[in-house]
Amino acid sequence: MKKENTIIVALAVLAAVIAATWLILVAPALTGNEINMTKGVTQQSADHFDLHMIVLWICVVIGIAVFTVMFTSIVLHRKSRGHKAAKFSHSTKAEIIWTIIPVLILVVMAVPATTALVRMEDSSGAEMTVKITGFQWRWKYEYLDQDISFISSLDSSSNAARQLNSGVTPESVDNYLLDVDHPLVLPVGRKIKFLITADDVIHSWWVPALGWKRDAIPGFVNEAWTNIEKPGTYRGQCAELCGKDHGFMPIVVIALAEEEFDSWVNEQLAGKTQSDQQVTVR
Amino acid sequence: MTTEAIHEDLNEAHDDHDHGDHKPTGFLDRWLFTTNHKDIGTLYLVFSLTMFMIGGAMAMIIRAELFMPGLQLVEPDFFNQMTTMHALIMVFGAVMPAWVGFANWLVPMMIGAPDMALPRMNNWSFWILPFAFTMLLSTLFMDSGGPAAGWTLYPPLVLQTGSSFAFVVFAVHMMGVSSIMGSINIIATIFNMRAPGMRLLRMPMFVWTWLITAFLLIAVMPVLAGAVTMLLTDHFFSTNFFNAAGGGDPVMFQHIFWFFGHPEVYIMILPAFGVVSEILPTFSRKPLFGYGSMVYATATIAFLSFIVWAHHMFTVGMPLQAELFFMYATMLISVPTGVKVFNWVATMWQGSMTFETPMLFAIGFVVLFTIGGLSGLMLAITAADFQYHDTYFVVAHFHYVLVPGAVFALMAATYYWLPKFTGNMYSEKWGKIHFWSSAIFVNVLFFPQHYLGLAGMPRRIPDYSPQFADFNMISSIGGFAFGATQLIFVGIVWHCAFRSKVRATPEVWEGSRGLEWTLDSPPAYHSFNTPPEVTCNALSRAD
Ligand code: HEM
Ligand SMILES: [Cu+2]
Ligand SMILES: [Cu+2]
Repeated sequence: MKKENTIIVALAVLAAVIAATWLILVAPALTGNEINMTKGVTQQSADHFDLHMIVLWICVVIGIAVFTVMFTSIVLHRKSRGHKAAKFSHSTKAEIIWTIIPVLILVVMAVPATTALVRMEDSSGAEMTVKITGFQWRWKYEYLDQDISFISSLDSSSNAARQLNSGVTPESVDNYLLDVDHPLVLPVGRKIKFLITADDVIHSWWVPALGWKRDAIPGFVNEAWTNIEKPGTYRGQCAELCGKDHGFMPIVVIALAEEEFDSWVNEQLAGKTQSDQQVTVR
Repeated sequence: MTTEAIHEDLNEAHDDHDHGDHKPTGFLDRWLFTTNHKDIGTLYLVFSLTMFMIGGAMAMIIRAELFMPGLQLVEPDFFNQMTTMHALIMVFGAVMPAWVGFANWLVPMMIGAPDMALPRMNNWSFWILPFAFTMLLSTLFMDSGGPAAGWTLYPPLVLQTGSSFAFVVFAVHMMGVSSIMGSINIIATIFNMRAPGMRLLRMPMFVWTWLITAFLLIAVMPVLAGAVTMLLTDHFFSTNFFNAAGGGDPVMFQHIFWFFGHPEVYIMILPAFGVVSEILPTFSRKPLFGYGSMVYATATIAFLSFIVWAHHMFTVGMPLQAELFFMYATMLISVPTGVKVFNWVATMWQGSMTFETPMLFAIGFVVLFTIGGLSGLMLAITAADFQYHDTYFVVAHFHYVLVPGAVFALMAATYYWLPKFTGNMYSEKWGKIHFWSSAIFVNVLFFPQHYLGLAGMPRRIPDYSPQFADFNMISSIGGFAFGATQLIFVGIVWHCAFRSKVRATPEVWEGSRGLEWTLDSPPAYHSFNTPPEVTCNALSRAD
């Protein structure tokens, strides 16, 4: 009789806890806002998304289990219902169980976590290299194989709108704070190595769709790599506090199909010789 | 002192039972020169509440600027000063002193001692703090402005702070001195002044967690002091500890800082674990489940907290092996943390629960701290952290463990022991209003920050792309409401101390166990002039 009662209450509480979980983890997406990590456009971003979802689900299940037991107890074991307190104060068996089970869960999590990490850190076999340097508050890109380099800063319309009390509504600016004058153009389907460093303070180069961020540190050259699978425009931001305009040094990557990328390179080189000639003429 | 005088003293103590109740008269004697653990405890708590208000006001400025996209209120540099100062004030000025305040009040009463072991040092360790924080806050009014490089003070950026930086470093040094003296005092008291029969493994959990916290503090505050001293000499005396151009290493600072910083977060949460382990048994009318494993879990967490620091810096570019080590070690911390949570639930299970305000805050703590612990586990997954790091997801994580974690435990402790401290009951009705309002709005404030971080919003930015507008607005509304709710708390405390007509009994709560409840409410000026008899029965657990 009493046992049945406990089970019925536990089921009702379980339903309520699941409903609450749905409400905070799923329902907010119905507003049309993005609430989850991007799947991105690289193997790494897909790996990290999967890993994130696995761990999230494990956490959700643990949370639901703990909260169901706890709220069942809160409903049933109250003085106002005349419940008398039990006397027990420990159980070695229970404590061993809830030490061992979490350890096992962690082992299960550690396997994909290790694989993804090993894969992310393997930058061997890159076909081209881009050096990225962070400055206060812009990025410099150098294509080491193509002999192209330029500086990329916040585009002027965002920059005008972002001044204190500029009177311009951010919504009226295209890609407010996420647009630059000279985007980084990259080919799809090619393994690209990045050499990341900084010239003044620490910055961090982050494009969520590529799946990682990597700190740009003066005096250090960090390595990272990508292999973009889909053409498109991908936006990111500096992710390490670097001074007053830290919020205003976005990153834009334009991924082009191989041939388009090659012609972009030729255009750049042609433009460059032209301006070099102009300099000599003058 | 001559033998005769000692003899007289002893006689007096023996004859005059009120001896312990002679408070110094006069404001300065009572408060500035006090060596009494209760008065110093009160000073710490009042100081902490003041800092909560100041740090909270800064948080309101931050949330107001982030209410919608575009810059409306403050310049970016001032915004950065606000995030930096908010964190420094809350960590070092609000949460840590509040725990020291409770330790001062409670440790002697809980272990059956008359006062702290080193009362003069106790006075000094408190009175350093107002000066340290006046100095820290004064930097906001200096020409070069306050520190704006984040509470983590990473060079080279922090070295761009103007000359006010010297004041920041000195303030941090003073806070460190204060914490170290406070810890030495707590350790000395616990090791030397326990009543006969109060064996270590009979001590209340709050005493245990503070003992371990005190060791953490002594171990890591000097490390922080060393780190900021190197910053100071790099800034003003042309050394190159962290300057790459001079052969220094900016990443080394991060290793040193987080070797302090990760234990530091446990310094803020271990006493909270202790408080919750006191409150849940009282209102469940049932002993704490698994006292022994609670002690060992606390010690394990403290040990592990020294070998996980680099999980704050996965993206700086470490060798793969190091990343793996720090990932596994960090994941391991969730095991003893889980044991704690499970034991709390088992304490409530089959109890006879009532839900006075301290219990509500303790339950709120268990639920919301668990959420913060679970997001911590997610952050431990190194590869995924390359996405999470330095986003609002991290902001949500640490605010869950710190606000409905450490701060809720502080609230719970206040409601639980304030009747003991003042001799008056607080208003239960307003306490409940305060709890429900806090519990709802803290979630409105911080839960949406998980979505923002996952959707790609970096932390420490004053302005953002309109795609993040909706949840920032919700978060800000929750922030304003949560902030306003805390004014209720101030009112409740004030009312309880000065206005309440309802007298508290010595036990205060029906289910209370422990030596502090055998004393009057309020207790005499010196707690136990004669050591009490310690019986198992009087303690919050059966062993
Ligand atoms: C289950 C236990 C926990 C785990 C596994 C965990 C893990 C982590 C990790 C990996 C980070 C770094 C995230 C990043 O920057 O990318 C982090 C940040 C942080 N955690 Fe936890 N955490 C736990 C519990 C706690 C507790 C109990 C507290 C404090 C009461 C805390 C306070 C913080 C703070 C303040 C930060 C951010 C510091 C900063 O960058 O400013 N964490 N945590
Ligand atoms: Cu930055
Ligand atoms: Cu940590």
